[in-house]
Amino acid sequence: MTRRQIHLAAHFPGVNNTTVWTDPDAGSQIDFDSFAYFARTAERGLFDYLFLAEGLRLREHRGQLHDLDVAGRPNTLAILSALAAATEHIGLVGTLNTTFNEPYELARQLGTLDLLSNGRAGWNAVTSSDAFHGANFRRGGYLDHADRYVRAAEFASLSKALWSSWRDDAVVADAETGAFLREDAIARVRHESRLFDVDAVFDVPRSPQGRPVIVQAGDSPDGRDFATEHADVIFSLHTEFADAQQFYRDVKGRLAAHGRDEDSLKILPAVTFVLGDTAEEARERSREIALAQVRPQTAITYLEQIWNRDLSGYDADGPLPEVEPDTGVETAQGFAGRHAAIRARVSQLRAQADAEHLSIRELVIRLTAKHTFVGTPEHVASEIDRYVQERATDGFTVVGHVTPHGLDEFADRVVPLLQERGSYRRSYDEGATLHDLLGLPPVADRVAVS
Amino acid sequence: MPDRIHLAVALDGAGWHPAAWREATARPTELTSPAYWRDLARTADGAGLLLATIEDALSLGGRSVEPDAETRRDRARGRLDAVLLASFLAPVTRRLGLVPTATTTHPEPFHLATGLQTLDHASRGRAGVRLVAGSTPQERANFGRRSEGPTGLPASGRVEDDPALLAAFREVGEVADVIRRLADSWEDDAIVRDLTSGKFLDRDRVHKVSFEGEFFSVTGASIVPRSPQGQPLITALAHQTVPYRFAAQHADLVFVTPSDAAAVGGIRNELAEASDAVREIDEPLRVFADLLVLVEDTPDEAAAVWARLEERAALTTDARVVVGTADDLVEEIRALADAAVDGVRLRPARLPADLDAIVDRVVPRAAAAGILFPDDGAPTLRERLGLPRRASRYARQEVGA
Ligand SMILES: Cc1cc2nc3c(=O)[nH]c(=O)nc-3n(C[C@H](O)[C@H](O)[C@H](O)COP(=O)(O)O)c2cc1C
Repeated sequence: MTRRQIHLAAHFPGVNNTTVWTDPDAGSQIDFDSFAYFARTAERGLFDYLFLAEGLRLREHRGQLHDLDVAGRPNTLAILSALAAATEHIGLVGTLNTTFNEPYELARQLGTLDLLSNGRAGWNAVTSSDAFHGANFRRGGYLDHADRYVRAAEFASLSKALWSSWRDDAVVADAETGAFLREDAIARVRHESRLFDVDAVFDVPRSPQGRPVIVQAGDSPDGRDFATEHADVIFSLHTEFADAQQFYRDVKGRLAAHGRDEDSLKILPAVTFVLGDTAEEARERSREIALAQVRPQTAITYLEQIWNRDLSGYDADGPLPEVEPDTGVETAQGFAGRHAAIRARVSQLRAQADAEHLSIRELVIRLTAKHTFVGTPEHVASEIDRYVQERATDGFTVVGHVTPHGLDEFADRVVPLLQERGSYRRSYDEGATLHDLLGLPPVADRVAVS
Repeated sequence: MPDRIHLAVALDGAGWHPAAWREATARPTELTSPAYWRDLARTADGAGLLLATIEDALSLGGRSVEPDAETRRDRARGRLDAVLLASFLAPVTRRLGLVPTATTTHPEPFHLATGLQTLDHASRGRAGVRLVAGSTPQERANFGRRSEGPTGLPASGRVEDDPALLAAFREVGEVADVIRRLADSWEDDAIVRDLTSGKFLDRDRVHKVSFEGEFFSVTGASIVPRSPQGQPLITALAHQTVPYRFAAQHADLVFVTPSDAAAVGGIRNELAEASDAVREIDEPLRVFADLLVLVEDTPDEAAAVWARLEERAALTTDARVVVGTADDLVEEIRALADAAVDGVRLRPARLPADLDAIVDRVVPRAAAAGILFPDDGAPTLRERLGLPRRASRYARQEVGA
């Protein structure tokens, strides 16, 4: 029996504390060269896709811009389009919100990216809808929390209808007769609901992969339902082995209800890695990196975002604050935090700190900078392979911690070992689309046009 | 000795003539392919043209308000989002300014602004935009966000006689304003990476734009740090008083459509008057004249090709049409240069054929005749146009405070 094949995505180091800017080798997070370098490294490592997160407003902390971590990033679609010209094989997946975009426009932009990249585009559909981000948009923060996934699902259906509204062979361009388009080349797309009233004729031809790959990141039951109905990939946070297996079974079990088979939805949790020549060396590096990721001030700031209070008087190396959180006004701006959950969150953190005897800083390291795979390249490769062979995941979204060199070691030292195990590709197939790279079923011509 | 000018090119589909896609030199099945656009952009880039504009619209029928615009099968159809196409072209070109068209009625100004800043980063300072006011009924149906809006020019042909068009111009003004404010929101040196204080960012050098307009509001700073040009080059196409006023108030460069060189003076006067009244920017507005061009080796060949195209589909155009040899076109350009425009934007009737002719035959002759600004190596599009990099308005405020 052939081994289950590992799928890997490469997460460009983001604008939070996991990206270490204090490293002497840390480069610009905005220069195009950084993106091109990172994308080419991922392509050298034969990754399925490059992944970009999104943040539509600069993070704030207690009413002021957050100034400790990397801040500032490019527009997702524009940088991916530029990368389409600088790469050849790798998929290009952007996180793009369903609340602060319109289906016709976003479908058109993703359709454009898909054509410019010869079928390598993907869309991580996220649903954040809070008024903080909404303040930068025409829409404002208008969307009820309960409607987030309603809009997301309708947005995805409508986008799919637009992408499949052109026949694959729509363009005949017959110079003799003067017929540019075939009869019946383009179907009109109608969608009328409480949230949308669209009567559209799409203007972007179909791409070689039929439509962009759809990724979902979000964990609630609503999120899982959205994913099992609409997504091709789930970007999860379930990385502990048993938990990952359970999540995998839960999600894959929901697919049959939508007439889908197991292979039509890949699960690629986010992981970090630290390598060393020996296990001991890897542990030491992991410790150094975690301390760089969570400096004392970062740890206090992290708690302040949950407590919604000034905690600057506390020692990061001491115990958790005894004061209660302030739940009076909106908190945790720039994060997907929610009022009701704050108290529960605080008692959960206290319980964890007590049980494991953690200081503030150690707790925050556990929460935000715990590295998933730490060890020799052999160890990391064998762990990755085990997760996939034993159906805990279909692969991983690898998050590097330095821009732009964060993937170098992985490509050079881990990938060859995965290849030796027979569970990873040795080359890209010529002309492969992102659907092809992910081993997803092909998209049917002309589906679901209402 | 004529005044020196810049040459620009306007790229759109198979060219500006509706029958262009049927010519043997056309590549009609590739109009939305990366190879086609890479070839066009590299051709323009290699010839040293100042900038290329890329047309766009948010409906299959383009900006046409004809009821059958979306259903007719005889026109080249299908397009790519111009801002993203320009971004794709950034890494494959070196000097060429990239000026996508953007419609302002439906898209989020914040997304548009960050897209242009990113284009400026990816192209190392070659980003511009052509802002378009208003929407067609077809575009509105595609979006389903607004039902009200302009239905075309009013019977008088004048924008000021249609309240919906006037509103569209107020809205495009707000979009231009927000693009500039967001571009200014990060000062140049806002990223400090200070190991001593542990701060990546100097938060005093990143500013909320706090824009409250008639049509939308934007609160925060941009998510994109300041780009090489500071602000992308804002351009507009204008034919009459209201658009002239918009350009005078908000644009760095305006494309105009004089019926001939003699008509340039009147347009310049109108623009100058509007600038005196409303211009918010220190630098003078750059004025480029548009010509729609078809170039062949002999006048007879050019006329024959034109006749063939017109028989297949009649062109309607706002710009002066020049059908002839490279020498004929150079004469037209010289006349416009003498009329003191800053540049000429050529709209090729056929792509790639007329772009190739421009690059191979027109540019060298115009250069030899001393009409063109030689490329002085200035690194950004603004600087090539003689426009300084603009300091952030927020930095200025602070100095004054
Ligand atoms: C792994 C992961 C990555 C995410 N990345 C982003 C992101 O880049 N930008 C964003 O706005 N939201 C992001 N989200 C937030 C989700 O889109 C969603 O709004 C949030 O998880 C709440 O949905 P849920 O209740 O289904 O979990 C991410 C969520 C997860 C789990």
